[in-house]
Amino acid sequence: MKKTLIPLNLLPIGRHGRVNRLIANGSVKRRLLDMGFTNGTRVEALQQSPSGDPIAYQVRGAVIALRSEESSLIIMEALLQEG
Amino acid sequence: MALTNQSTGLGALKEMFQVKMDSADDVVIALAGNPNTGKSTVFNDLTGLNQHTGNWPGKTVTNAQGSYRYKNKKFILVDLPGTYSLMANSVEEEVARDFICFGKPAVTVIVTDGTCLERNLNLVLQIMEITSKVVVCVNLLDEAKRKKISIALDLLSKELGVPVVGTSARNGKGIEELKEVVYQVAQDGIQPEPVRILYSEAIEKAIEMLIHALDSAVSKSLNSRWLALRLLDEDPSILEEINRLLGFRLLEDQSILQSLDEARLILNEKGICQDVVSDHLVSRIVCRAEELTEAVVTVHNKNYNQFDRKTDHILTSKAFGIPIMIGLLGIVFWLTVQGANYPSAILASFFRWIEEKLVLLFASAAIPDWIHGILVQGVYKTMAWVVSVMLPPMAIFFPLFTLLEDLGYLPRVAFNLDNFFKRACAHGKQALTMCMGFGCNAAGVIACRIIDSPRERLIAIITNNFVPCNGRFPTLIAMATIFIAGTSAFSSFFATLAVLGVIVFGVIMTLLVSNLLSKTILRGLPSSFTLELPPYRRPQVGKIILRSIVDRTLFVLGRAMMVAAPAGLIIWIMANINVNGTSLLSCGAALLQPLGNALGMDGYILMAFILGFPANEIVIPIVIMSYLSAGALLDLDSMAALKDLLISNGWTWLTALNVMIFTLLHFPCGTTLLTIRKETQSIKWAVVSFLIPTGAGILVCFLLTQIAKLSGLA
Repeated sequence: MKKTLIPLNLLPIGRHGRVNRLIANGSVKRRLLDMGFTNGTRVEALQQSPSGDPIAYQVRGAVIALRSEESSLIIMEALLQEG
Repeated sequence: MALTNQSTGLGALKEMFQVKMDSADDVVIALAGNPNTGKSTVFNDLTGLNQHTGNWPGKTVTNAQGSYRYKNKKFILVDLPGTYSLMANSVEEEVARDFICFGKPAVTVIVTDGTCLERNLNLVLQIMEITSKVVVCVNLLDEAKRKKISIALDLLSKELGVPVVGTSARNGKGIEELKEVVYQVAQDGIQPEPVRILYSEAIEKAIEMLIHALDSAVSKSLNSRWLALRLLDEDPSILEEINRLLGFRLLEDQSILQSLDEARLILNEKGICQDVVSDHLVSRIVCRAEELTEAVVTVHNKNYNQFDRKTDHILTSKAFGIPIMIGLLGIVFWLTVQGANYPSAILASFFRWIEEKLVLLFASAAIPDWIHGILVQGVYKTMAWVVSVMLPPMAIFFPLFTLLEDLGYLPRVAFNLDNFFKRACAHGKQALTMCMGFGCNAAGVIACRIIDSPRERLIAIITNNFVPCNGRFPTLIAMATIFIAGTSAFSSFFATLAVLGVIVFGVIMTLLVSNLLSKTILRGLPSSFTLELPPYRRPQVGKIILRSIVDRTLFVLGRAMMVAAPAGLIIWIMANINVNGTSLLSCGAALLQPLGNALGMDGYILMAFILGFPANEIVIPIVIMSYLSAGALLDLDSMAALKDLLISNGWTWLTALNVMIFTLLHFPCGTTLLTIRKETQSIKWAVVSFLIPTGAGILVCFLLTQIAKLSGLA
C-alpha cells in the first residue's frame, strides 16, 4: 500500500481518500467547497451510475454525485495498492 | 412544487414580495432549509391546508405561503426554495438569500435533516451570518432514531447561540414547541445571539475596517458584518440586489470604497489574494459545521446507511438501474390504466343520470332548444367528460408518483440518466424537471429553476413539453386501449406498453432536441453538475394521498374544468352555426383537411388540437363532438361506442398512432406557454417552445404516414 495522489474520478469504487487540493476555479471551485470538498475531507467512492459516469461519493455524511468533469478537479490523497 | 392557486398580497416592503398580510400586526416567518429535509411537511404541519402561492418580483419565483394563529397572533409563513447554500448564486439561492436579507422576516426557521446534520449546518451557519432572528428546527428525528443517531440539541443550541427545536414533522411531533419558540423569538422573549464564525486574523481585520464604513452608510437596515463579508467576497449579485431593492449603490459611497481599498491592501500585504479570501469564507463555514457535528452528533451504529447503499447498488446498478426505472414507470401506468377504468365508468353513468334529469328539467320548464343545446349538450357534457375521464387516472397517478418522490427515488432517476443528458450537452437535473412534467408541463417548466446554468435551463424549459402531461394521458390511454390493446385478456398490459413506448419516444425526442439545441441556437458545453442522493425515507402513505389529491389532482382538475366549460360552449356554437349549409367547425376542418391527410389524420382532428390549445384535456371531446352531426358528445359509457364512432369516421390504427404521436409532439398548452414566457422573460423562447415540438410532430407523423402508405401497411 502506498500513499498516492490521484484525481477523484480515478478513485476505485469502494475506496476512500482525503482531499489534497482542488484544481478548479471560480464558481465550480466555490460549489465544490460548498458541497464540503475542503482540504483534508474524507471522501469515499460509492457507486457508479449505469453508464459509469457520474459517480456517487460519500462526503461529510451526504451522498453527492459528480460528473467526471468535476471529480477530476479534486485531487485526492489515497492509500492504494501499488502497480 | 408550487402547484396551487395564485394570489396576490399587500404590505409595505412585503408588497414587493407579495406577502399577503391582513394587518400590520401579522408576523412574517421565513422557512428555509436544504431540499429533502421535510421542509414542506413542517410547512403543512404549521399551516394546515391554509396556504397559497405568491410571486417573487422580477424573478417570478413562486413560493408557497400559509398562515397560522398562535396565542392570538397571526403568523405568515413564507416557504423559501430548498437550497444547500446561499453562496453559489443559483436563482433559487438568490431568492432565498434576498428574502431573508431584504424581506425582513421576523423569524427565519431553518429546517434541517437530523440524519445528515453536517450537510445542513452549512446553510444554518450561512443564514446566521445574515440575521440573528433564527430558529433551527432539527427535523426527521424519527428517522435519526431509527438509524441510531442521537443529537444533543441543547448543546447544539448553546454552540450556535440560537434556539434549536427537535421535530419529527411527519408525526406532528415538536410542532407545538416550534410554534412557541418562534413566538418567543418574534416577541423578543428569546433573543438569539448567534455565535460568530471567526475568520483568519487578517480577514477579521479587513472586516472590522469595512463594518465601520458600512455602519454609517447603511445604518441598521442590513447586517454590516455580513455585507462586509460579501464585499470582500466580491459577490456582484448582492450589490445589484441592494441597488434594486434599496436603491443604494454601495460602491458609490466614497468611505466604503476607500475602506474596501484599504482592507484589500492589508490582505495583499499578507499575501492573501482575492481567491484565497473567497475560498476561506466558504471553507471556514464548512469546517465549523464539521466541528459542530462532531460535538453534538453521536452515531451508535456506524453502518446506519447500509440499507441506502445496498438499495442504491440495485436501483442504480449497471444491469438493473434502467430496466427497474422503466419497470416502475410501467407499473405506475398499468395501475393507472387498469385502476381508472372502473371508477371512470361509474362516473360516466352518474353524469349521464344527472344529464337525463337536466333534460327533463329543461323540457318541463319549456326552455328553448338552443339554450338546452349550449348548456347541456355543450358545457355540461364536455365538463362531465373531462371529469369522468381525467379524475380517476389523476387520483391514481399523482399519489403513486408522489410516493416515488417521497421515497427519494427521483434523484436516482436523475443519477441513472445523467450520462445521456451529458452527451446531449444538457443538465442531469433535467430528468427531475421532466418527472414534474408528467404531472403538468407548466409545473415542469417552473421546476427548471433547479438548474443553475441559464443555457441548460432554457434547454430543459423548451423540451419539457416532450413529456406528456396529465392532460394528455387520457388521450394516450384512450387511443392505446381502443386501437392497440385489442380485446385480449392482456389488453391493459398492451395498452400500458403502448403508452410506455410513447413516453420512451418522448424521452428520446427530448435528448435529440436538447442535443440539437446545444449544437445550434443554445451552443455550449455542459456546466458543472452536483446532485445529492438523499437518504431513502419511509413514506407517509396517508399524507401522500391527501396532499397529492388536494394539491395536485383537484388543482389540475379545477383548471381543466375552467377551460372545458367555455370550450364546450364555443365548440357547440361552432358545430351548430351554419354558413352556406355547413357548420363553422366543418368549414375549419375542410380547410385543414389536406394537412390532416398528409399527417395521417383528418381536418377535424387537427381542428381539435388547435381548439384544445387552452388545455389538452379537451382534444378528444372536440373530436367526438365534431363527428357527431348533432354537435354534442355521445354517451361514453363504453369504449366500444367510441371505437365505432371513430372507425365510422375513417380511423385506422395509423390514425390512432398519429394522434398519439401528435399528442406527444405538438405545441404546449396555453398555460405552459405563458409560464415559459414568464420564466424566460422572453417571447422569443415561448415562440421557440411552440415551434419545435409542433415541427417535430408534423415531421414524424408525415414520415410515418408516407412510409406506412408506400409500404402498403395502411
